[in-house]
Amino acid sequence: MTTAANSAPVSGAGTVARRARKTKSPSALSWRDRAEITALSAPAVILFITFVILPVIMAAYYGFFKWKGFGVPTNFVGFDNYRTILTDPEFHNVLRHNAVVVLGSLALQGPFALGLALLLNQKMRGQSLIRVLIFIPYVISEVIAGTAWGLILQTDGAVNGLLRKLGLGALANDWISNPKTALTILLFILTWKYAGFAVIIFLAGMQGIPEELTEAAKVDGASYWQIQRKITIPLLGPTMRMWGFLSVIGSLQLFDLVYIIWGQYISSTAGTSTMATYMVVNGRMSGNYGYGNAVAVVLFLISLVIALTYQRFVLRRDTEGALTGSSR
Amino acid sequence: MTAAVTSLKPLAPAESAAGGKPRRRRAAKPKPEWASPAVYLVAALVIAGLLAPVAYVILGGFRNNSQITADPAGLPDPWVVDNYRVVLTSSGFWQQVGNSTIAAACGTIGTVTFGLMVSFVIARYPFKGGSMLYMLFAAGLMFPMTVAITPLYILIKNLGLMNSLAGIIIPGIAFALPQTVIILVPFLRAIPKELEEAASLDGCGRMGFFWRVVVPLSVPGVVTTGILTFVGSWNSYMLPLFILTDHSKYTLPLGVQAFASEHSVNTAQVLAFTSLSMIPALVVFSLFERRIVGGLTGAVKG
Repeated sequence: MTTAANSAPVSGAGTVARRARKTKSPSALSWRDRAEITALSAPAVILFITFVILPVIMAAYYGFFKWKGFGVPTNFVGFDNYRTILTDPEFHNVLRHNAVVVLGSLALQGPFALGLALLLNQKMRGQSLIRVLIFIPYVISEVIAGTAWGLILQTDGAVNGLLRKLGLGALANDWISNPKTALTILLFILTWKYAGFAVIIFLAGMQGIPEELTEAAKVDGASYWQIQRKITIPLLGPTMRMWGFLSVIGSLQLFDLVYIIWGQYISSTAGTSTMATYMVVNGRMSGNYGYGNAVAVVLFLISLVIALTYQRFVLRRDTEGALTGSSR
Repeated sequence: MTAAVTSLKPLAPAESAAGGKPRRRRAAKPKPEWASPAVYLVAALVIAGLLAPVAYVILGGFRNNSQITADPAGLPDPWVVDNYRVVLTSSGFWQQVGNSTIAAACGTIGTVTFGLMVSFVIARYPFKGGSMLYMLFAAGLMFPMTVAITPLYILIKNLGLMNSLAGIIIPGIAFALPQTVIILVPFLRAIPKELEEAASLDGCGRMGFFWRVVVPLSVPGVVTTGILTFVGSWNSYMLPLFILTDHSKYTLPLGVQAFASEHSVNTAQVLAFTSLSMIPALVVFSLFERRIVGGLTGAVKG
């Protein structure tokens, strides 16, 4: 196979497409090859098309109907659903919340995780235990995390209890149902939950940086900070940009945690509603399936545009051989 | 399944995994040194911060409700084991553990099996469709379950799979395939052509090569994707929320939520239920954590 051409970092649909086209021209396939190809790929391809691609296409189709979810959709309304979405002030709020989550996640989790990864990037006893412990919030399910935080942050919960114990009772707040603080609380919980993931990815990336580089710098008299600033962090660029991509996509599609913690308040007044919770609340839960599907399409298109833009402008240099060139 | 889990993949090839470079040098190395105390101090502070909510849940389960009401941030005094005993002797909890185990195990086996098969085709068969297949799955990263959930629900209903574990296992496999394919293809591509030629000289067909060479060599990638799929499936929330309405089919995440709302006045028992339900994923993850970092390290190296 064309290993050399194909061993650049894989980074998603667009770049893969570009690279994949370079793969070598097909040689003649025997009937036996064809049979094997079909047999080996059929289960995955059939499942994937039926349960991933088809539903997305169906969402695009249903989005043109005012439809309650029973029988064949008949009430075609064209782009009416989309007009309603784009002019709904609540949807504008939702967009703002998602934007805050995207930027806030990058700004909080990134530096925190980078600092921690730099600290732990050394041969030291107990590293593996520390790694496991840091990763625990990420492994706990959203439902458990949400239930726990809901109990901790409620009016008579542990946080307020602790504040009163410390004589800071004046700071006690109705953390979750106060829309003024809700979004900040959400960002805090997201950082708690997902920073460990960034740490693990960054550590894995750092372990891929050749030791000779840092050794050579040390020999030349570089200080610890110089090494981090001039070698580790720049060489971690591709990993960080990749993490940023995952973080942005995840932030745009945020549903579970918000739905679990703010479920009973979810509305424009909660201050944390996201595109995905808006979709579920105004679609399925209101029995308006057509509308929900139109929201899903909008969410998909927004994610797609942002992802493609990110790949075009941020990830491009990684796929042009920067990583393969520098880290080999 | 969170988007973050589902989209762990696009990291990159792992030439070292199978490319003949020895990876296991650990045996020869001396034991690592202790780092400076400052490092451990900072790590301890961060870990304490991260684990405080978890500790609150576990310790809270050892208190009773009046303790919690009187002092929400206190320690158990005296320690009460009743909450844990009640949860552990309730049939609902064990049924949900069983459902989650079946769903996660079948989902993981299905994902890894089908994913390995199709990755092998993409990586080792020189045909035009291979890159198109790869693109298809890579594009799948952009198709989050959130977007597809309503049609998916209707599809499952039409297939008569509502309220069955199959109704969450099968779509779960489909949605886990992209990350699996994207992690595994580079592993399989990295297996040197010479190995394949040598195998064929020895009279090994391509399928024999698959079973005797590819499967064993791709174990690190398979383990990484397997754990990610297992934990993702174990924690999956949105799909079960839409598909499972019958309590006897509930998986643990739904069970935790139902228990929390049914027993909302009994905080201590909710805390006990919650802490018991996080154990399995934590155990699986801690046992295999090294493998995940290993798999990703291979991947990130490029």
